[in-house]
Amino acid sequence: MSWLDRPVSETQITNRSRIWLYLLAAVVLAFLVLPTLIVIPMSFSASQYLEFPPRQWSLRWYANYVNSPSWMQATATSLKAGFLTTLLATPLGTMAAYGLFVSRLRAAKLVLPVLLTPIIVPVILVGIGVFYAYVRLKLVNTLTGLVLAHSMLAMPLVVMVMSSALKSYDMNQEMVALSLGPSRPRAFLRVTLPQIRFAVVTSAVLAFLTSFDEVVIAMFVSGGDNSTLTRNMFNALRDQVDPTIAAISTVMIVISSLLVVLAQKLGKSR
Amino acid sequence: MTGGVATGKAGPNAAGLRRDARGERIALFGLSLPALALVVVTMVIPVAWLFWLSFFADDGSMSLVNYRRLIEQPSYRRIFLATFEIAASATAICVLLGYPLAYFLSQLPQRLANLCMIGVVMPLWSSVLVRTYAWLVLLQRQGLINGWGMKLGLWDQPLTLVHNLGGTLIGMVHIMLPFLILPLYGSMRAIDRDYLKAAANLGAGPTQAFWRVFLPLSLPGLFAGGLIVFILCLGFYVTPAVLGGGKVIMVANRIANDIEIFFNWGAASALGVVLLVLTLIILWAASRLVRLDRVFGGHGP
Repeated sequence: MSWLDRPVSETQITNRSRIWLYLLAAVVLAFLVLPTLIVIPMSFSASQYLEFPPRQWSLRWYANYVNSPSWMQATATSLKAGFLTTLLATPLGTMAAYGLFVSRLRAAKLVLPVLLTPIIVPVILVGIGVFYAYVRLKLVNTLTGLVLAHSMLAMPLVVMVMSSALKSYDMNQEMVALSLGPSRPRAFLRVTLPQIRFAVVTSAVLAFLTSFDEVVIAMFVSGGDNSTLTRNMFNALRDQVDPTIAAISTVMIVISSLLVVLAQKLGKSR
Repeated sequence: MTGGVATGKAGPNAAGLRRDARGERIALFGLSLPALALVVVTMVIPVAWLFWLSFFADDGSMSLVNYRRLIEQPSYRRIFLATFEIAASATAICVLLGYPLAYFLSQLPQRLANLCMIGVVMPLWSSVLVRTYAWLVLLQRQGLINGWGMKLGLWDQPLTLVHNLGGTLIGMVHIMLPFLILPLYGSMRAIDRDYLKAAANLGAGPTQAFWRVFLPLSLPGLFAGGLIVFILCLGFYVTPAVLGGGKVIMVANRIANDIEIFFNWGAASALGVVLLVLTLIILWAASRLVRLDRVFGGHGP
């Protein structure tokens, strides 16, 4: 075959002598993608155990999920927490990124690292710290407490996405608007914000997913009527492999994927 | 780019303009305070509180007993050693798997590479818990891998693939691999291919050109990705808890146990403080070798 001996890339290597690279790349890509996807067909299995491919299809595990008041309550809590985290973290993070970017005070250089620390501090430490503080503030097992902690976790992502969007935005446009008379907030909302809205949507999706997928903090500070989906899943996983979780996982994958696709669509339709 | 502040040119109003500009800058800076307050109240103060707590013994007296225990009790030393070993192994495996893939993707035409990159970032969309569960399903005794392995005659007894160190590492590598590939791929794309042409012109074979030219140029990206993977691995909790089956205890798992089972806040806090300090030392040491904004992609204003 001629293509095997054709030189590729600048080093004049032939396809034949690096066919192992193609195979390895394919295997690693499959390793990344397939395990999560394989749960989806398995969740439609009719048998007691998870099979792939399922010998008989059914919705029994979905029925199990939907008919369980505790799973439904947890799903509602997770969706509420994710939604409220988005509503809190996105504006706060956007304001912070914008303020720090435009003000150019020396103090801004000190504030930014603090806003980014939640990525570096091990989440288990944040989890027990928040738990310890919430016991005193009477915020344990409340939605408010959960949303505050999740918004803090999401803050670095929002600030990073918004900062890099502002960096590539030509701030002179806002200056021109300002020179025409409107106030600064008006100039920001009418001129700057529409141009960085893709970054806003991306931040919002990241904030939602941060909260929706979070386990460790939820494990410590959510409970009772306000325990999250991930917390319940985590507790169930430590006991046994319940196929209901395959159904719930599928629902979670669908929700996350829809959000990401939605963000892409919104970003393109400028 | 200017920050958009009226610079005081010489003129009758210069001093007034400068004062206005300064006032506006402070007002703009104020926009960051709500976010700062949130992070301080829900993270900085609680972690500082734990730090304070770690200096008190069970009976409420101030002492270094929690730290002395970390040094004296072999079980704690083992946990720290195990955590570092696991993080280092996971990072090494990520490099071995991620480097070839990133290299391959960086040479594809842009459109095709973008398509493949969707596969790389796709795992990031789904919850860590969902992915950990998927591995549990695949690796358990009656799981898919054992089923296929036995059907193909590769082995006749179900292998213990999960609830051990191996299963934990597989799960961790799966979660961390995108974090390695993303910065690595970016830095490989930025490498000027003319260097390789020059190397070939000067008589280097493909292998030599790779080792002597391409690999050194890709090291900053590899270092950035490896660093973030290693640091995030040190704090892993969920994956070892689920895929380790109680046999893999990393620092984070021990912290949770100290709280949930022993209610020992002092011991847990001391462990957490040491974990955080080690993380910061590694970051600091790394920052002397490579610019950290490459690692986090965060940019100062």
